[in-house]
Amino acid sequence: MTLNIPSFQLSSIGPALTLTVTAILILLLDALSPKGRKGYFPQLSLAGLALATFQAIGLWGRTGTDFARMIYLDNFTFFFYLIFILGTALTVLLSRQYLEDYGKNLGEYYALLLFATVGMMLMAAGAHLIMIFLGLEIMSIAVYVLAGLFREDARSNEAALKYLILGSFASAFLLFGMAMLYGAAGGTLYLDDLAGRLAGASALQPLTLLSIALLVVGFGFKVASVPFHMWTPDVYEGAPTSVTAFMAVGVKAAAFAAFARVFFLAFLAMKVDWNMLLWVLAVATMTVGNVTAIAQTNIKRMLAYSSIAHAGYLLVALVAANQLGAVSLLYYLLAYTLMNLGAFGVVILVGRKRDSYLNIYDYSGLGFQHPALAAAMALFMFALAGIPPTMGFVGKFYIFSAAVKAGYIWLAILGVLNSLVSVFYYLRITVLMYMKPAEADLGPVLFTPAQTAVVAVTAFGVLWFGIFPGFLYDLAVNATKIFPGL
Amino acid sequence: MQLPILSILIFFPVAGIGLLLFLNKENQRGLKIATMGIALVEFCFSLPLWFSFNGQTAAMQFVERRDWLPSYGISYYVGVDGFSLLLILLTTFLTPICVLATWEDIQHRVKEFMICLLALMSGMIGVFVSLDLFLFYVFWEVMLIPMYLLIGVWGNPARRVYAAIKFFLFTMFGSLLMLVAILVLYFHYGATTGTYTFDLLKMYGLNIPFHMQFWMFLAFGLAFAIKVPMFPFHTWLPDAHTEAPTVGSVILAAVLLKMGTYGFLRFNMPLFPQAAHYFVPLFSILALIGIIYGALVSMMQKDLKRLIAFSSVSHLGFVMLGLFTFTMPGVQGGIIQMINHGLSTGALFLIVGMIYERRHTRMIADFGGLSTPMPVYAAIFLIVSLSSIGLPGLNGFVGEFLILLGTFKTNKLYAVLGATGVIFAACYMLWMFQRVMFGEVTNDKNRDLKDLSWREIVIFAPLILFIVWIGVYPSTFLDKTKATTENFLAMMDKAKDTKVSLSQVFKGEAP
Repeated sequence: MTLNIPSFQLSSIGPALTLTVTAILILLLDALSPKGRKGYFPQLSLAGLALATFQAIGLWGRTGTDFARMIYLDNFTFFFYLIFILGTALTVLLSRQYLEDYGKNLGEYYALLLFATVGMMLMAAGAHLIMIFLGLEIMSIAVYVLAGLFREDARSNEAALKYLILGSFASAFLLFGMAMLYGAAGGTLYLDDLAGRLAGASALQPLTLLSIALLVVGFGFKVASVPFHMWTPDVYEGAPTSVTAFMAVGVKAAAFAAFARVFFLAFLAMKVDWNMLLWVLAVATMTVGNVTAIAQTNIKRMLAYSSIAHAGYLLVALVAANQLGAVSLLYYLLAYTLMNLGAFGVVILVGRKRDSYLNIYDYSGLGFQHPALAAAMALFMFALAGIPPTMGFVGKFYIFSAAVKAGYIWLAILGVLNSLVSVFYYLRITVLMYMKPAEADLGPVLFTPAQTAVVAVTAFGVLWFGIFPGFLYDLAVNATKIFPGL
Repeated sequence: MQLPILSILIFFPVAGIGLLLFLNKENQRGLKIATMGIALVEFCFSLPLWFSFNGQTAAMQFVERRDWLPSYGISYYVGVDGFSLLLILLTTFLTPICVLATWEDIQHRVKEFMICLLALMSGMIGVFVSLDLFLFYVFWEVMLIPMYLLIGVWGNPARRVYAAIKFFLFTMFGSLLMLVAILVLYFHYGATTGTYTFDLLKMYGLNIPFHMQFWMFLAFGLAFAIKVPMFPFHTWLPDAHTEAPTVGSVILAAVLLKMGTYGFLRFNMPLFPQAAHYFVPLFSILALIGIIYGALVSMMQKDLKRLIAFSSVSHLGFVMLGLFTFTMPGVQGGIIQMINHGLSTGALFLIVGMIYERRHTRMIADFGGLSTPMPVYAAIFLIVSLSSIGLPGLNGFVGEFLILLGTFKTNKLYAVLGATGVIFAACYMLWMFQRVMFGEVTNDKNRDLKDLSWREIVIFAPLILFIVWIGVYPSTFLDKTKATTENFLAMMDKAKDTKVSLSQVFKGEAP
């Protein structure tokens, strides 16, 4: 028996490789460095991320597959690489001071962040369902640990355990769905082949439909869509804020990358079958997320429910299942990364030492005590609510355009009405900041350079790309050319 | 090359905000002077619009066009015609007056107030000049934020937050449905013609099937009807007006409400002409209800500001009645009445604001006999009240007369009912005036009230000048709008005689 190793190019997975090496290096250095000399891990992570960025940009424009057709090389993948790198880099910048306050500025934190990012990259690049599953597990396991980083804190423990148990269930569903698909498609899990095999076979095989349903459960869990969202608020609230930001942005984007790729490539022929299912999920997700967010008084919980609602808007883009839908998905995920990380940046800054100020009423009077910080928060809130001239508006505009174009006018109407509901709770933050007197003197906010930079950069990005969305739009159009059937 | 006047008008206030950011927030006087300067310069920039505007043509003038998002058919496309010209000038004309009116009124957070005011100005002008649906929508929404802050931060402490949120949510509700309609229109245009564009003027010529016009007219109409506000969507207005600071009320009444009526003229009617004709009875009746109901409710108000707020519902009902006649006098009357309402009601809010500054109450019952200590104030108040009622020789008369003339041509019953509104207006205004100004001074606190200062007289002088000017010689203004109105009516006439039924709409059949 000869072992046949197919040829491959390491540069195809360059960014993922770089991050893996960086993460391992951090773990090694963590073990070797003397106590008190471990402050350089964030810088090291950022260096790795910067290198990965260059590699991802260098890959831009390449096409094809590698590693025995396990990995896609296309602009869709690279676009997501950039989203993940951006999300992770901003998270790293937010983390340091926050973790130091807790005495948790540990090497493994950064290593886990990077490992999770590697998992995300593999999810976006996966050309084989098992590859996607592996990516998902690499990401998930790292994030389970991150959620429980504050192991002395009961809520952080609860978050980690809850996420682990429910997440394992979801992974099992996903795997089960893949297994059935393997049978239904006659023994292949390559996305390229699946489309042909499934379309060739009598389309309405019950096994295929069942596997689609199971995949929806698995992905639905990771993107936090209703009714698989139960874990979200508790995990988001309990996890360290920087991890929450990372989860809300990175995990969701990665799950949507795989979700979109699988459904737009492999299942396109069965569009009619899953469209209605996702339609219902989208409406339920938007509505439950937005309506429940109104009742929240903890800012992290509010943002958790708002992130559920945003998953709903993103599902609308999937339902539309047209070129514009794919473009809007990419654009919106990028927009969401910026505005949500910005908002969490403000939450961390306002929360200060050991998250002392997480109630929304702690924002009372912020507008005139810290005008710049409050203005940034107001901008993020208006952006999340989808009010121009911000990226949030442009993103929603694209998503609802896609829905209207595909003929889902009712879905668009329900979507905009949901935006209206969301306006209410986002506005409440601005009401508190500008229209209510401070309940107590907030005292000084410690503006560390890194955290301030995150808020400033995201605020600028949200505004700039809201007014001039053309560049990113063209980039996203370029990235979604890989779905010929749309 | 021609100067890009409209871009200057839109972005000069934004540049002004940049300037204000560098001023010390403690230096209130400096901030006010700087804003005043910016507003005056802006007004000067807007004067060339008036002088070089060609009233003989219905074409868009001062057009500027740049690609914004070319792959989506979105462009930065602005222009002015007879409909928007007067409203832009009204905006630039009122802003310096508003700044002057804040001199004593706004004492805390002056810097933020002025920033909001300038942002609002920029947004309002943007709304009036946009000829691209996307651009229009952006300005339409952007403008909400500063107004929301004006009401919520500087309003009446008791209920300002409630009023601000109500204002925001009501307007947002309508505009979001309009956004969906804009998208439907965009894709319909693309599907029929093959080019995807948000260019409004190109869409005018599109022949949309009636069943689509029906829904899109309602979606756009809801957004604008909330803004106007037409009965029964008016409930945000009394709250917003009453709780807003004086200047907020002035801008809200004078300019923001006009966006609704302007929206009907610019978007709803020409885009969906058949549906517009179909909906004439519904909208006319709602307008009439607004006229009469607004007047009756005004009569019963105890609070001066609330009284004026409800009178706005009544006056805007006149405008809508006139626009939906699709006759020359009706539409022209509607346009001139928009300006009239801006001048008169703006002035009324300023008048109430001044007495509020002195007495810190707006209850009619707290006043009485004010004309004795404040003769100048009484004279100005009387002129403005009479203009609001529609006394011949003052501006209100011209607008209401033209509107009723147009209405009489098309439906005599509507005209008769509408005319009662004028009578009711006389009732509530004069009765209010009598209770506040005439008789003996019953409340000792009113005995030594100071009469208007020079600053306050300067605020009213230009307003009264135009109140009289429009009343005596309206042709100056009507001439500018004539060609545009004729063109508009010709466009509407083409769609006049379509016979349609509701069952066709619900079945989705094109007639």
